[in-house]
Amino acid sequence: MQKYSIFSLIKNAFSNHEKWDLAWKDPSPKKEYDVVIIGGGGHGLATAYYLAKEHKITNVAIIEKGWIGGGNIGRNTTIIRSNFMYDDNARFNEFGMNLWRNMSQELNFNVMFSPRGIINLAHSDAQMNAYARRGNSMRLNGIDAVLLNREEIKKIIPMADFSEDVRYPIFGGLAQPSAGTARHDAVAWGYARQADSMGVDIIQNCEVTGFDVSGGKIQGVRTSRGDIKTKKIGLCVAGSTNVLAEKLNITLPIETHLLQACVSEPVKPVLDGVVTFGAGHFYISQSDKGEMVMGGDLDGYNSYAQKGNLPTIQHVLTGGIALFPFLSRLKMLRTWGGIMDMSMDGSPIIDKTHIDGLYLNCGWCYGGFKSVPSSGWTFAHTIAQDRVHELNEGFSLNRFAKGYLLDEKGLGTKTWIS
Amino acid sequence: MLNINCPYCGDRSQKEFAYGGDATVKRPELNKEVSDEKWNEFIYLRKSPRGKHIELWHHIAGCRQWFKVQRDTVTHEIFKTAKMNEEIK
Repeated sequence: MQKYSIFSLIKNAFSNHEKWDLAWKDPSPKKEYDVVIIGGGGHGLATAYYLAKEHKITNVAIIEKGWIGGGNIGRNTTIIRSNFMYDDNARFNEFGMNLWRNMSQELNFNVMFSPRGIINLAHSDAQMNAYARRGNSMRLNGIDAVLLNREEIKKIIPMADFSEDVRYPIFGGLAQPSAGTARHDAVAWGYARQADSMGVDIIQNCEVTGFDVSGGKIQGVRTSRGDIKTKKIGLCVAGSTNVLAEKLNITLPIETHLLQACVSEPVKPVLDGVVTFGAGHFYISQSDKGEMVMGGDLDGYNSYAQKGNLPTIQHVLTGGIALFPFLSRLKMLRTWGGIMDMSMDGSPIIDKTHIDGLYLNCGWCYGGFKSVPSSGWTFAHTIAQDRVHELNEGFSLNRFAKGYLLDEKGLGTKTWIS
Repeated sequence: MLNINCPYCGDRSQKEFAYGGDATVKRPELNKEVSDEKWNEFIYLRKSPRGKHIELWHHIAGCRQWFKVQRDTVTHEIFKTAKMNEEIK
Protein backbone atom coordinates (compact mmCIF):
# COMPACT_ATOMS: atom_id res chain seq x y z
CA MET A 1 0.00 0.00 0.00
CA GLN A 2 1.16 3.48 -0.86
CA LYS A 3 1.87 5.52 2.27
CA TYR A 4 0.26 8.94 2.35
CA SER A 5 2.79 11.66 3.24
CA ILE A 6 4.06 15.00 2.08
CA PHE A 7 6.66 13.14 -0.02
CA SER A 8 4.13 10.93 -1.80
CA LEU A 9 2.05 14.04 -2.41
CA ILE A 10 5.00 15.83 -4.04
CA LYS A 11 5.98 12.75 -6.01
CA ASN A 12 2.47 12.31 -7.39
CA ALA A 13 2.26 15.97 -8.28
CA PHE A 14 4.78 15.26 -11.08
CA SER A 15 2.33 12.80 -12.66
CA ASN A 16 -0.64 15.17 -12.23
CA HIS A 17 -2.02 12.95 -9.44
CA GLU A 18 -3.11 10.40 -12.03
CA LYS A 19 -1.07 7.49 -10.67
CA TRP A 20 -2.32 7.14 -7.09
CA ASP A 21 -3.19 3.57 -6.09
CA LEU A 22 -6.83 2.79 -5.46
CA ALA A 23 -7.57 3.20 -1.74
CA TRP A 24 -9.21 -0.24 -1.72
CA LYS A 25 -9.84 -2.95 -4.31
CA ASP A 26 -13.22 -4.03 -5.63
CA PRO A 27 -13.03 -7.84 -5.39
CA SER A 28 -15.69 -10.42 -6.21
CA PRO A 29 -16.68 -12.61 -3.26
CA LYS A 30 -14.66 -15.79 -2.73
CA LYS A 31 -16.38 -19.11 -1.97
CA GLU A 32 -15.35 -19.16 1.69
CA TYR A 33 -14.08 -16.83 4.43
CA ASP A 34 -13.07 -17.29 8.07
CA VAL A 35 -15.26 -14.34 9.08
CA VAL A 36 -17.92 -12.43 7.16
CA ILE A 37 -18.83 -8.97 8.44
CA ILE A 38 -22.23 -7.80 7.22
CA GLY A 39 -22.40 -4.03 6.88
CA GLY A 40 -19.64 -1.82 5.47
CA GLY A 41 -20.23 1.15 7.74
CA GLY A 42 -17.95 2.52 10.40
CA HIS A 43 -18.50 -0.36 12.83
CA GLY A 44 -18.12 -3.09 10.19
CA LEU A 45 -14.97 -1.57 8.70
CA ALA A 46 -13.41 -0.99 12.12
CA THR A 47 -14.24 -4.56 13.16
CA ALA A 48 -12.54 -5.98 10.06
CA TYR A 49 -9.52 -3.74 10.61
CA TYR A 50 -9.05 -4.85 14.24
CA LEU A 51 -9.67 -8.51 13.31
CA ALA A 52 -6.75 -8.25 10.89
CA LYS A 53 -4.52 -6.05 13.03
CA GLU A 54 -5.09 -7.34 16.58
CA HIS A 55 -6.07 -10.96 15.90
CA LYS A 56 -4.26 -11.69 12.60
CA ILE A 57 -7.48 -12.94 11.00
CA THR A 58 -7.24 -11.64 7.45
CA ASN A 59 -9.44 -14.05 5.48
CA VAL A 60 -12.36 -11.69 6.11
CA ALA A 61 -15.07 -10.27 3.87
CA ILE A 62 -17.13 -7.15 4.47
CA ILE A 63 -20.44 -7.36 2.64
CA GLU A 64 -22.12 -4.05 1.97
CA LYS A 65 -25.50 -3.63 0.27
CA GLY A 66 -24.73 -0.11 -0.93
CA TRP A 67 -21.35 1.58 -0.92
CA ILE A 68 -18.72 2.21 1.75
CA GLY A 69 -19.59 5.33 3.71
CA GLY A 70 -23.15 5.64 2.37
CA GLY A 71 -24.99 4.75 5.55
CA ASN A 72 -24.94 6.28 9.01
CA ILE A 73 -21.14 6.75 8.97
CA GLY A 74 -21.77 9.43 6.33
CA ARG A 75 -24.99 10.77 7.86
CA ASN A 76 -24.09 11.57 11.48
CA THR A 77 -23.16 14.86 13.11
CA THR A 78 -19.57 13.66 13.85
CA ILE A 79 -19.66 14.16 17.63
CA ILE A 80 -17.16 12.20 19.73
CA ARG A 81 -17.54 12.11 23.52
CA SER A 82 -17.42 9.84 26.55
CA ASN A 83 -19.53 11.88 28.99
CA PHE A 84 -21.51 8.91 30.33
CA MET A 85 -22.54 8.23 33.90
CA TYR A 86 -22.70 4.44 33.96
CA ASP A 87 -19.42 2.55 34.26
CA ASP A 88 -20.01 0.27 31.27
CA ASN A 89 -20.73 3.16 28.90
CA ALA A 90 -18.05 5.43 30.36
CA ARG A 91 -15.17 2.91 30.27
CA PHE A 92 -16.10 1.66 26.82
CA ASN A 93 -16.24 5.13 25.29
CA GLU A 94 -13.19 6.45 27.14
CA PHE A 95 -11.26 3.48 25.72
CA GLY A 96 -12.52 4.70 22.35
CA MET A 97 -11.31 8.27 23.04
CA ASN A 98 -7.76 6.95 23.25
CA LEU A 99 -8.18 5.20 19.90
CA TRP A 100 -9.54 8.44 18.39
CA ARG A 101 -6.50 10.40 19.55
CA ASN A 102 -4.12 8.19 17.57
CA MET A 103 -6.39 7.34 14.69
CA SER A 104 -4.93 9.61 12.00
CA GLN A 105 -1.42 8.25 12.65
CA GLU A 106 -2.55 4.65 12.98
CA LEU A 107 -4.63 4.67 9.79
CA ASN A 108 -2.24 6.96 7.87
CA PHE A 109 -5.34 8.94 6.96
CA ASN A 110 -6.22 12.37 8.31
CA VAL A 111 -9.54 11.89 10.11
CA MET A 112 -9.33 15.49 11.36
CA PHE A 113 -10.08 14.53 14.97
CA SER A 114 -10.56 17.84 16.72
CA PRO A 115 -10.94 17.71 20.52
CA ARG A 116 -12.83 20.98 20.76
CA GLY A 117 -14.97 20.06 23.76
CA ILE A 118 -18.65 19.54 24.43
CA ILE A 119 -20.95 21.47 26.79
CA ASN A 120 -24.29 20.12 27.98
CA LEU A 121 -26.27 23.15 29.12
CA ALA A 122 -28.42 23.11 32.28
CA HIS A 123 -31.52 25.25 32.71
CA SER A 124 -32.54 24.57 36.31
CA ASP A 125 -30.99 23.86 39.70
CA ALA A 126 -32.13 20.25 39.49
CA GLN A 127 -30.38 19.85 36.16
CA MET A 128 -27.17 21.35 37.60
CA ASN A 129 -27.34 18.80 40.43
CA ALA A 130 -27.83 15.97 37.94
CA TYR A 131 -24.86 17.19 35.91
CA ALA A 132 -22.70 17.49 39.03
CA ARG A 133 -23.52 13.86 39.77
CA ARG A 134 -22.75 12.76 36.22
CA GLY A 135 -19.53 14.79 36.22
CA ASN A 136 -18.41 13.12 39.45
CA SER A 137 -19.15 9.69 37.98
CA MET A 138 -17.16 10.58 34.89
CA ARG A 139 -14.16 11.73 36.94
CA LEU A 140 -14.23 8.49 38.92
CA ASN A 141 -13.75 6.75 35.59
CA GLY A 142 -10.85 9.03 34.66
CA ILE A 143 -12.82 11.19 32.22
CA ASP A 144 -12.38 14.96 32.27
CA ALA A 145 -15.56 16.67 33.42
CA VAL A 146 -15.91 20.32 34.40
CA LEU A 147 -19.01 21.87 35.92
CA LEU A 148 -19.38 25.42 34.62
CA ASN A 149 -21.54 28.21 36.02
CA ARG A 150 -23.50 30.76 34.00
CA GLU A 151 -20.66 33.29 33.84
CA GLU A 152 -18.15 30.69 32.67
CA ILE A 153 -20.55 29.48 29.99
CA LYS A 154 -21.06 33.06 28.85
CA LYS A 155 -17.33 33.41 28.18
CA ILE A 156 -17.36 30.32 25.95
CA ILE A 157 -20.60 30.86 24.01
CA PRO A 158 -21.36 34.61 24.28
CA MET A 159 -23.73 34.41 21.29
CA ALA A 160 -26.24 32.28 23.20
CA ASP A 161 -29.31 33.99 24.66
CA PHE A 162 -28.30 35.01 28.21
CA SER A 163 -31.20 37.40 28.83
CA GLU A 164 -33.08 37.00 32.12
CA ASP A 165 -36.60 36.74 30.76
CA VAL A 166 -36.24 33.70 28.49
CA ARG A 167 -38.31 30.58 29.12
CA TYR A 168 -35.23 28.43 29.80
CA PRO A 169 -32.39 30.60 31.18
CA ILE A 170 -28.90 29.11 31.17
CA PHE A 171 -27.89 28.10 34.72
CA GLY A 172 -24.60 26.48 33.77
CA GLY A 173 -23.44 23.28 32.19
CA LEU A 174 -21.25 20.21 32.19
CA ALA A 175 -18.24 20.25 29.89
CA GLN A 176 -16.00 17.49 28.64
CA PRO A 177 -13.05 19.42 27.17
CA SER A 178 -11.51 16.32 25.54
CA ALA A 179 -14.63 15.57 23.46
CA GLY A 180 -14.76 16.74 19.89
CA THR A 181 -15.53 16.02 16.26
CA ALA A 182 -13.90 14.22 13.35
CA ARG A 183 -14.40 14.00 9.61
CA HIS A 184 -16.78 11.04 9.36
CA ASP A 185 -16.10 10.03 5.74
CA ALA A 186 -12.37 9.91 6.42
CA VAL A 187 -12.97 7.48 9.29
CA ALA A 188 -14.75 5.06 6.93
CA TRP A 189 -12.15 5.47 4.20
CA GLY A 190 -9.19 5.19 6.57
CA TYR A 191 -10.42 1.94 8.11
CA ALA A 192 -11.42 0.57 4.67
CA ARG A 193 -8.01 1.33 3.17
CA GLN A 194 -6.05 -0.26 6.01
CA ALA A 195 -8.33 -3.31 6.25
CA ASP A 196 -8.03 -3.82 2.49
CA SER A 197 -4.23 -3.56 2.63
CA MET A 198 -4.14 -6.37 5.20
CA GLY A 199 -6.16 -8.67 2.95
CA VAL A 200 -9.78 -7.98 3.88
CA ASP A 201 -12.19 -8.16 0.92
CA ILE A 202 -14.55 -5.18 0.79
CA ILE A 203 -17.49 -6.31 -1.32
CA GLN A 204 -19.88 -3.52 -2.22
CA ASN A 205 -23.29 -3.71 -3.94
CA CYS A 206 -23.83 -7.10 -2.33
CA GLU A 207 -27.10 -7.61 -0.47
CA VAL A 208 -27.64 -10.38 2.08
CA THR A 209 -30.66 -12.44 1.04
CA GLY A 210 -30.50 -15.17 3.68
CA PHE A 211 -28.46 -17.23 6.09
CA ASP A 212 -27.38 -20.85 6.08
CA VAL A 213 -27.85 -22.14 9.62
CA SER A 214 -27.89 -25.83 10.54
CA GLY A 215 -27.47 -27.62 13.83
CA GLY A 216 -27.61 -24.28 15.63
CA LYS A 217 -24.44 -23.17 13.82
CA ILE A 218 -23.72 -20.61 11.13
CA GLN A 219 -22.67 -22.36 7.90
CA GLY A 220 -22.78 -19.47 5.48
CA VAL A 221 -24.57 -16.46 4.09
CA ARG A 222 -26.59 -16.11 0.90
CA THR A 223 -26.09 -12.90 -1.03
CA SER A 224 -27.14 -11.27 -4.28
CA ARG A 225 -23.63 -12.12 -5.55
CA GLY A 226 -23.70 -15.80 -4.61
CA ASP A 227 -23.47 -18.00 -1.54
CA ILE A 228 -20.49 -17.59 0.79
CA LYS A 229 -19.40 -20.25 3.26
CA THR A 230 -18.27 -19.12 6.69
CA LYS A 231 -18.37 -20.26 10.31
CA LYS A 232 -18.54 -16.76 11.78
CA ILE A 233 -20.75 -13.81 10.91
CA GLY A 234 -20.60 -10.38 12.53
CA LEU A 235 -23.74 -8.31 12.08
CA CYS A 236 -23.02 -4.53 11.95
CA VAL A 237 -26.03 -3.26 10.08
CA ALA A 238 -27.45 -0.55 12.39
CA GLY A 239 -30.89 0.40 11.04
CA SER A 240 -31.24 -2.86 9.10
CA THR A 241 -30.70 -5.06 12.17
CA ASN A 242 -34.39 -5.91 12.56
CA VAL A 243 -34.67 -6.85 8.87
CA LEU A 244 -31.76 -9.31 9.03
CA ALA A 245 -32.83 -10.60 12.46
CA GLU A 246 -36.16 -11.55 10.91
CA LYS A 247 -34.32 -13.67 8.33
CA LEU A 248 -32.65 -15.44 11.28
CA ASN A 249 -35.96 -15.83 13.19
CA ILE A 250 -34.63 -13.68 16.03
CA THR A 251 -36.64 -10.92 17.72
CA LEU A 252 -34.49 -8.23 19.31
CA PRO A 253 -35.03 -5.47 21.91
CA ILE A 254 -34.62 -2.95 19.09
CA GLU A 255 -36.86 -0.69 17.06
CA THR A 256 -35.84 1.10 13.89
CA HIS A 257 -36.40 4.84 13.85
CA LEU A 258 -35.63 7.82 11.67
CA LEU A 259 -33.31 10.65 12.72
CA GLN A 260 -32.70 13.83 10.81
CA ALA A 261 -29.88 16.34 10.87
CA CYS A 262 -29.23 19.54 8.98
CA VAL A 263 -26.52 22.07 8.17
CA SER A 264 -26.78 25.78 7.52
CA GLU A 265 -24.92 27.85 4.98
CA PRO A 266 -21.27 28.40 6.01
CA VAL A 267 -20.56 31.42 8.21
CA LYS A 268 -17.46 32.84 9.90
CA PRO A 269 -16.25 31.09 13.10
CA VAL A 270 -18.83 31.59 15.84
CA LEU A 271 -18.83 28.36 17.86
CA ASP A 272 -15.67 26.40 18.67
CA GLY A 273 -17.13 23.34 20.39
CA VAL A 274 -20.24 21.19 20.58
CA VAL A 275 -23.18 22.57 22.58
CA THR A 276 -26.36 20.77 23.61
CA PHE A 277 -29.54 22.51 24.73
CA GLY A 278 -30.73 21.12 28.04
CA ALA A 279 -34.39 22.10 27.83
CA GLY A 280 -35.14 20.46 24.51
CA HIS A 281 -33.36 18.04 22.25
CA PHE A 282 -30.97 20.09 20.16
CA TYR A 283 -27.24 19.95 19.58
CA ILE A 284 -24.98 22.09 17.46
CA SER A 285 -21.40 22.43 16.33
CA GLN A 286 -19.65 24.35 13.57
CA SER A 287 -17.84 22.42 10.87
CA ASP A 288 -14.39 23.41 9.66
CA LYS A 289 -16.08 24.75 6.53
CA GLY A 290 -18.22 27.06 8.68
CA GLU A 291 -21.58 25.31 8.41
CA MET A 292 -23.63 25.05 11.59
CA VAL A 293 -24.26 21.29 12.03
CA MET A 294 -27.47 20.62 13.96
CA GLY A 295 -29.61 17.73 15.09
CA GLY A 296 -32.14 16.71 17.69
CA ASP A 297 -35.17 14.47 18.08
CA LEU A 298 -36.12 11.36 16.19
CA ASP A 299 -39.07 11.75 13.84
CA GLY A 300 -40.91 9.71 16.44
CA TYR A 301 -42.40 6.68 14.71
CA ASN A 302 -40.96 3.39 13.41
CA SER A 303 -39.41 4.07 10.03
CA TYR A 304 -36.99 2.70 7.45
CA ALA A 305 -37.19 5.79 5.22
CA GLN A 306 -33.80 7.48 5.05
CA LYS A 307 -35.53 10.83 4.75
CA GLY A 308 -37.60 12.77 7.21
CA ASN A 309 -40.52 15.10 7.62
CA LEU A 310 -40.48 18.86 8.10
CA PRO A 311 -42.41 19.08 11.41
CA THR A 312 -39.45 17.49 13.22
CA ILE A 313 -36.94 19.88 11.65
CA GLN A 314 -39.16 22.78 12.69
CA HIS A 315 -39.49 21.40 16.24
CA VAL A 316 -35.73 20.86 16.62
CA LEU A 317 -34.83 24.28 15.24
CA THR A 318 -37.37 25.97 17.50
CA GLY A 319 -35.21 24.77 20.39
CA GLY A 320 -32.12 25.85 18.49
CA ILE A 321 -33.36 29.39 17.97
CA ALA A 322 -34.39 29.65 21.64
CA LEU A 323 -30.76 28.96 22.53
CA PHE A 324 -28.98 30.75 19.68
CA PRO A 325 -31.30 33.46 18.25
CA PHE A 326 -28.83 34.23 15.42
CA LEU A 327 -29.72 30.90 13.82
CA SER A 328 -33.06 32.31 12.68
CA ARG A 329 -31.28 34.41 10.05
CA LEU A 330 -29.28 31.52 8.56
CA LYS A 331 -30.38 29.62 5.47
CA MET A 332 -30.45 25.84 5.65
CA LEU A 333 -28.05 24.26 3.18
CA ARG A 334 -29.44 20.72 3.42
CA THR A 335 -31.25 18.24 5.65
CA TRP A 336 -30.97 14.47 5.57
CA GLY A 337 -32.04 11.41 7.50
CA GLY A 338 -30.72 8.04 8.57
CA ILE A 339 -32.27 5.00 10.22
CA MET A 340 -31.31 4.16 13.79
CA ASP A 341 -31.27 0.87 15.66
CA MET A 342 -32.89 2.15 18.86
CA SER A 343 -32.35 -0.25 21.76
CA MET A 344 -34.82 -0.46 24.62
CA ASP A 345 -32.46 1.12 27.16
CA GLY A 346 -30.50 3.47 24.90
CA SER A 347 -27.27 1.47 25.17
CA PRO A 348 -25.73 -0.82 22.56
CA ILE A 349 -25.52 -4.60 22.27
CA ILE A 350 -22.19 -6.28 21.41
CA ASP A 351 -22.56 -9.97 22.14
CA LYS A 352 -22.70 -13.56 21.01
CA THR A 353 -26.10 -15.08 20.23
CA HIS A 354 -27.74 -18.46 20.76
CA ILE A 355 -26.68 -19.34 17.19
CA ASP A 356 -23.10 -20.56 17.22
CA GLY A 357 -20.96 -18.24 15.08
CA LEU A 358 -23.45 -15.38 14.91
CA TYR A 359 -22.23 -12.20 16.61
CA LEU A 360 -24.36 -9.13 17.15
CA ASN A 361 -23.32 -5.47 17.10
CA CYS A 362 -26.35 -3.20 17.23
CA GLY A 363 -28.51 -0.88 19.33
CA TRP A 364 -26.35 2.19 18.76
CA CYS A 365 -29.38 4.48 18.89
CA TYR A 366 -28.02 7.70 17.46
CA GLY A 367 -24.63 7.59 19.20
CA GLY A 368 -22.80 5.12 17.01
CA PHE A 369 -20.23 7.40 15.42
CA LYS A 370 -18.18 8.11 18.55
CA SER A 371 -18.06 4.38 19.29
CA VAL A 372 -16.70 3.29 15.89
CA PRO A 373 -13.17 2.46 17.15
CA SER A 374 -14.19 1.01 20.54
CA SER A 375 -17.02 -1.00 18.99
CA GLY A 376 -14.77 -2.34 16.22
CA TRP A 377 -12.04 -3.21 18.72
CA THR A 378 -14.29 -5.05 21.19
CA PHE A 379 -16.42 -6.70 18.49
CA ALA A 380 -13.27 -8.02 16.77
CA HIS A 381 -12.19 -9.47 20.13
CA THR A 382 -15.63 -11.02 20.67
CA ILE A 383 -15.57 -12.66 17.22
CA ALA A 384 -11.92 -13.77 17.26
CA GLN A 385 -11.94 -15.19 20.82
CA ASP A 386 -15.59 -16.29 20.79
CA ARG A 387 -16.08 -14.47 24.12
CA VAL A 388 -16.87 -10.91 25.10
CA HIS A 389 -14.14 -8.56 26.31
CA GLU A 390 -14.54 -6.96 29.76
CA LEU A 391 -15.16 -3.64 28.01
CA ASN A 392 -18.33 -4.92 26.33
CA GLU A 393 -19.61 -7.47 28.84
CA GLY A 394 -22.18 -4.90 30.04
CA PHE A 395 -23.58 -4.69 26.50
CA SER A 396 -25.04 -8.17 26.63
CA LEU A 397 -28.16 -9.23 24.78
CA ASN A 398 -29.70 -10.90 27.81
CA ARG A 399 -29.39 -7.85 30.08
CA PHE A 400 -32.99 -6.96 29.26
CA ALA A 401 -34.41 -10.30 30.38
CA LYS A 402 -32.15 -10.23 33.46
CA GLY A 403 -32.92 -6.64 34.44
CA TYR A 404 -29.38 -5.22 34.15
CA LEU A 405 -30.39 -2.29 31.98
CA LEU A 406 -28.01 0.54 31.04
CA ASP A 407 -30.68 3.22 30.85
CA GLU A 408 -28.39 6.25 30.81
CA LYS A 409 -31.24 8.73 30.30
CA GLY A 410 -33.81 6.94 32.44
CA LEU A 411 -36.36 6.99 29.63
CA GLY A 412 -37.55 3.40 29.74
CA THR A 413 -38.63 1.47 26.70
CA LYS A 414 -40.22 4.24 24.62
CA THR A 415 -37.45 4.34 22.05
CA TRP A 416 -39.17 7.05 20.02
CA ILE A 417 -38.92 9.68 22.78
CA SER A 418 -35.21 9.24 23.43
CA MET B 1 -46.08 15.77 7.14
CA LEU B 2 -48.31 12.78 7.91
CA ASN B 3 -52.06 13.17 7.76
CA ILE B 4 -53.74 10.77 10.15
CA ASN B 5 -57.40 9.85 9.96
CA CYS B 6 -58.56 9.75 13.59
CA PRO B 7 -61.48 7.28 13.80
CA TYR B 8 -63.33 9.81 15.98
CA CYS B 9 -62.41 13.21 14.47
CA GLY B 10 -61.38 12.54 10.87
CA ASP B 11 -58.32 13.64 8.91
CA ARG B 12 -55.88 15.76 10.95
CA SER B 13 -52.24 16.81 10.79
CA GLN B 14 -49.52 14.73 12.45
CA LYS B 15 -48.84 17.61 14.85
CA GLU B 16 -52.01 16.77 16.84
CA PHE B 17 -50.89 13.22 17.58
CA ALA B 18 -48.43 11.37 19.78
CA TYR B 19 -46.97 8.00 18.86
CA GLY B 20 -47.55 4.95 21.06
CA GLY B 21 -45.53 2.12 19.49
CA ASP B 22 -46.31 -1.37 18.24
CA ALA B 23 -50.03 -2.20 18.66
CA THR B 24 -49.63 -5.94 18.20
CA VAL B 25 -47.82 -6.49 21.50
CA LYS B 26 -50.11 -8.20 24.01
CA ARG B 27 -49.73 -7.99 27.77
CA PRO B 28 -49.50 -11.39 29.49
CA GLU B 29 -52.79 -12.37 31.09
CA LEU B 30 -53.61 -10.65 34.40
CA ASN B 31 -53.41 -12.48 37.74
CA LYS B 32 -51.44 -15.38 36.32
CA GLU B 33 -47.84 -16.42 36.91
CA VAL B 34 -45.72 -14.84 34.13
CA SER B 35 -42.32 -16.26 33.20
CA ASP B 36 -39.29 -13.94 32.83
CA GLU B 37 -39.21 -14.92 29.18
CA LYS B 38 -42.80 -13.76 28.60
CA TRP B 39 -42.15 -10.46 30.41
CA ASN B 40 -39.03 -9.92 28.30
CA GLU B 41 -41.04 -10.51 25.12
CA PHE B 42 -43.81 -8.16 26.21
CA ILE B 43 -41.66 -5.32 27.49
CA TYR B 44 -38.56 -5.36 25.29
CA LEU B 45 -38.75 -7.50 22.15
CA ARG B 46 -40.12 -5.83 19.00
CA LYS B 47 -40.32 -7.05 15.40
CA SER B 48 -40.10 -3.51 13.95
CA PRO B 49 -41.00 -4.70 10.43
CA ARG B 50 -39.83 -3.03 7.24
CA GLY B 51 -43.20 -2.49 5.53
CA LYS B 52 -46.68 -2.66 7.02
CA HIS B 53 -46.76 -1.90 10.74
CA ILE B 54 -49.77 -1.75 13.06
CA GLU B 55 -49.15 0.87 15.72
CA LEU B 56 -50.82 2.98 18.41
CA TRP B 57 -51.36 6.71 18.10
CA HIS B 58 -52.85 9.10 20.64
CA HIS B 59 -54.91 12.09 19.48
CA ILE B 60 -53.40 14.10 22.29
CA ALA B 61 -54.22 17.58 20.98
CA GLY B 62 -57.71 16.52 19.91
CA CYS B 63 -60.18 14.00 21.28
CA ARG B 64 -57.44 12.34 23.41
CA GLN B 65 -58.46 8.86 22.24
CA TRP B 66 -55.95 6.08 21.54
CA PHE B 67 -56.41 4.17 18.28
CA LYS B 68 -54.63 1.88 15.82
CA VAL B 69 -52.95 2.85 12.57
CA GLN B 70 -51.64 0.59 9.83
CA ARG B 71 -48.74 2.39 8.16
CA ASP B 72 -45.86 1.52 5.84
CA THR B 73 -42.53 2.11 7.60
CA VAL B 74 -40.71 2.73 4.30
CA THR B 75 -43.09 5.01 2.41
CA HIS B 76 -45.01 6.29 5.50
CA GLU B 77 -48.28 5.63 3.60
CA ILE B 78 -51.21 5.11 5.97
CA PHE B 79 -53.56 2.33 4.89
CA LYS B 80 -56.10 2.08 7.70
CA THR B 81 -56.99 3.46 11.08
CA ALA B 82 -59.24 1.72 13.60
CA LYS B 83 -60.63 2.06 17.10
CA MET B 84 -58.90 0.11 19.86
CA ASN B 85 -61.54 -2.62 19.93
CA GLU B 86 -61.43 -3.13 16.17
CA GLU B 87 -59.04 -5.47 14.39
CA ILE B 88 -56.81 -4.45 11.49
CA LYS B 89 -56.23 -7.48 9.28
